[in-house]
Amino acid sequence: MTVDLTQFHEAFFEESFEALDAMEAALLKLDVGAPEPELINTIFRVAHSIKGGSATFGFSEIASFTHSLETLLDELRSGTMPVTPEVSDLLLKSVDVLRAMLRAMQATRPIDAQRVSDLQFDLEVVIARKNAPLAAPAREAPATPCAADETPPVWQVRFRPYRELLARGNDPLRLFRELGGLAEVRVQIDAQNLPPLADIQPQDCHLAWTLEVAGRISEEEIRQVFDWAEGDCELLIQRAPAEPPGRAPAPTAAPNPAPARDDTPATPASTPVGEPPAKPESTLSALGDSGSIRVSVEKIDELMNTVGELVITQAMLSQLGGQFEGPRAEQLRAGLVQLERNMRELQESVMRVRMLPISFVFSRFPRMVRDLAHRLGKQIELKLSGEQTELDKTVLEKIGDPLVHLVRNCIDHGIESPERRAAAGKSAAGTVHLDASHRGGNIAVEVSDDGGGLDKSRILAKARDRGLVGPNDVLSDADIYELIFLPGFSTAEKTTDLSGRGVGMDVVRRNVKELGGKIEVGSESGRGSRFTITLPLTLAIVDGQSVAVGKEIYIVPLISIVESLQLKDAQVTRLSGQEEVFSFRGDYLSIIRMHSLFGVDPRTRALHEGLVVVVEGDGRRVGLFVDDLLGQQQVVIKSLEANYGHIDGVSGATILGDGSVALILDVPGLIHIASMRAAA
Amino acid sequence: MPASMNNHLEAAVSEESRQVLTFVLGGETYGVDILRVQEIRGWSAVTKIPHAPAHVLGVLNLRGSIVPIVDLRMRFALGRAEYTGITVIIVMSVVTPAGRRDIGVVVDGVSDVVDLDCTEIKPAPELGAGGATDYILGLASITDRMVVLLDIDRLIGRDLSAMAGAAGETHDAARPGVTADPAAPPPGPGAPAADAA
Repeated sequence: MTVDLTQFHEAFFEESFEALDAMEAALLKLDVGAPEPELINTIFRVAHSIKGGSATFGFSEIASFTHSLETLLDELRSGTMPVTPEVSDLLLKSVDVLRAMLRAMQATRPIDAQRVSDLQFDLEVVIARKNAPLAAPAREAPATPCAADETPPVWQVRFRPYRELLARGNDPLRLFRELGGLAEVRVQIDAQNLPPLADIQPQDCHLAWTLEVAGRISEEEIRQVFDWAEGDCELLIQRAPAEPPGRAPAPTAAPNPAPARDDTPATPASTPVGEPPAKPESTLSALGDSGSIRVSVEKIDELMNTVGELVITQAMLSQLGGQFEGPRAEQLRAGLVQLERNMRELQESVMRVRMLPISFVFSRFPRMVRDLAHRLGKQIELKLSGEQTELDKTVLEKIGDPLVHLVRNCIDHGIESPERRAAAGKSAAGTVHLDASHRGGNIAVEVSDDGGGLDKSRILAKARDRGLVGPNDVLSDADIYELIFLPGFSTAEKTTDLSGRGVGMDVVRRNVKELGGKIEVGSESGRGSRFTITLPLTLAIVDGQSVAVGKEIYIVPLISIVESLQLKDAQVTRLSGQEEVFSFRGDYLSIIRMHSLFGVDPRTRALHEGLVVVVEGDGRRVGLFVDDLLGQQQVVIKSLEANYGHIDGVSGATILGDGSVALILDVPGLIHIASMRAAA
Repeated sequence: MPASMNNHLEAAVSEESRQVLTFVLGGETYGVDILRVQEIRGWSAVTKIPHAPAHVLGVLNLRGSIVPIVDLRMRFALGRAEYTGITVIIVMSVVTPAGRRDIGVVVDGVSDVVDLDCTEIKPAPELGAGGATDYILGLASITDRMVVLLDIDRLIGRDLSAMAGAAGETHDAARPGVTADPAAPPPGPGAPAADAA
């Protein structure tokens, strides 16, 4: 049977990338000097499964590189080599190189052979240097029990693969062949589960095998052969009953096998039987493979669209159902209520499919912080919390870069050098805290540090210097912090390659705004600063306030609404007879009359008869004058650009319960239009 | 399929015959390629689009997608018609520089689907000044009536791309006293204007 392996490439790449992430995380947790065995095992397993996979798919460069890596890891695992900072760095670099290689393979680009061979050389040098003087004694110790001149042990291996084994690119024949290269193998097939020929799926595996392995081979070594099939099969390794009892069963690479195991191998049978369930489990959790399937995003989006249509149709039916009279109308309405409930559940479930925990983004920070701190000579502790907070995949993908900017800023500008921290009476190590949490219908992501805080006087001086602020203007703290979001603004005393070119914060704000979110700053001198990003859960749906202007209904995104109020004519001042402003919490806000901006006939032109919705966008506030507020609802965002084009002041459209279209207002755009008009 | 549709339109003369949907507008009969017609539906209230040209009435929900509605009467300056329950919207797909778009066209009434022999299609006389007739594919007669065959890509597609680009500007320019001001505040599209000044 031949299977076209290329169809599995994509799955291999994705799994490998995930596995590398796990490996990197484990590496970062690894304590130099006192490594935790389970962490090293995790790292080893990743390297091993990538090696196995790449060999199967014929990616020989990756296989060769991971082989060297595995050799080094094996030394660490057996404890014959200590985990030094040098080794830990080397391993992290290997993760980078592997990632680059996999990316190159995925894009069918040539790999950077020089970089790979350099690092592989380094790996081998480390192995050779640390190992050579020690090799002889270290190897001899574990070898003794094996090398005893007795009859080699016979292992009975029961290998019962799950049906999907073949589909995951495993081939039992390969495994047996590899085993055959290590020892003498007798294979017995168990075909009793084989279905009738007509029902056989060629990609399913229905067979099981019992193997008798004779030769100088440890249980560990047998297990390693099956390592890549782990999780896809039941594997039971035990000593064949014919063996004389009383011998230590599995001489592992460790000099003394007994303490390395949890239970003392009193009888040969007990140890192997007790162990198999424990091991696959740990592999599974390490690689995060818990009964999930991969689905392309397009398929989910299609599903989302269809559900969106259903919601609209359902709303239409509900409205219609309310108008029916007659004996069975009550029944109809009951059915419609049930339908509505089910629809809502369906919509939520489909949305959840697109949701991923924010740990996907957070996971890149430990490494980044470690490297940055190293380079800047600062001591930094990174705290992560709320990693399990879920948000939409699209939002997740776009929030990564802004967060990187913020964390970099915290490390570069926020956290002081250890000496300065000591002088200020703080601990030498600064803390950067990344936190995610649900707040109402939104997600709040906070980046905070316990550094020096924003330097208000320097920000203000800089702004005056650049002419962004008049020399005699008095600004509130919040206004001063707002200045850092202006394009081209940077207060770093010297420009580093990390930050300080002033291309940071304005881009951060723009990216966050594109996601329909906002960013706020808080700071306390000497105590640290805090950046809070508020994001919608998803991009496809927005919480909106419907407002009426004449016969038209517009949706104002709830996130941009500050307050709604009714004004008395006396509260309004006309500047130069045209521009209308009113006082709102100490600020003067201008009024945008929606009816005149959008050219519709309003119900009223008198300010005291309508309502003013105070909205905020781009850090500025204005009052939108509308006829009336209607309801608040979640609306599905539809593109206007698909069939029409962009409209200034409108970010999209949605379909209301009665099937009609309502435009969603783009608040920053409106403010921009209004200011253009005021300037003209 | 879309490719063959295009060929069908552009290589009209080489084909032997074509099916055309005819409709009435201000007493004249017009025709469009039947393959471009998505559906014909009755009138329902549209949502107005701010800053849109007068002949773009607004947008409608067409099974979940938002479709702009164009009044051909107003496009041809035939005066505004009353929109009633029997007013008809023909939804067509139009090829624009930005890709395929669906658009609804309001007409007085739909007449018929006719087979036209290509030899019957005559080019439009070059009467209109300034290329006003370049959206006319040709003229044909069916039982004493003259049918004006429209090239909807030229007629509406060009409008659409213009609308998308300058929806805001047309509105501003129409206002007295509001002209493109190079001294506008620096953020936004003021930069190129400043260069020109």
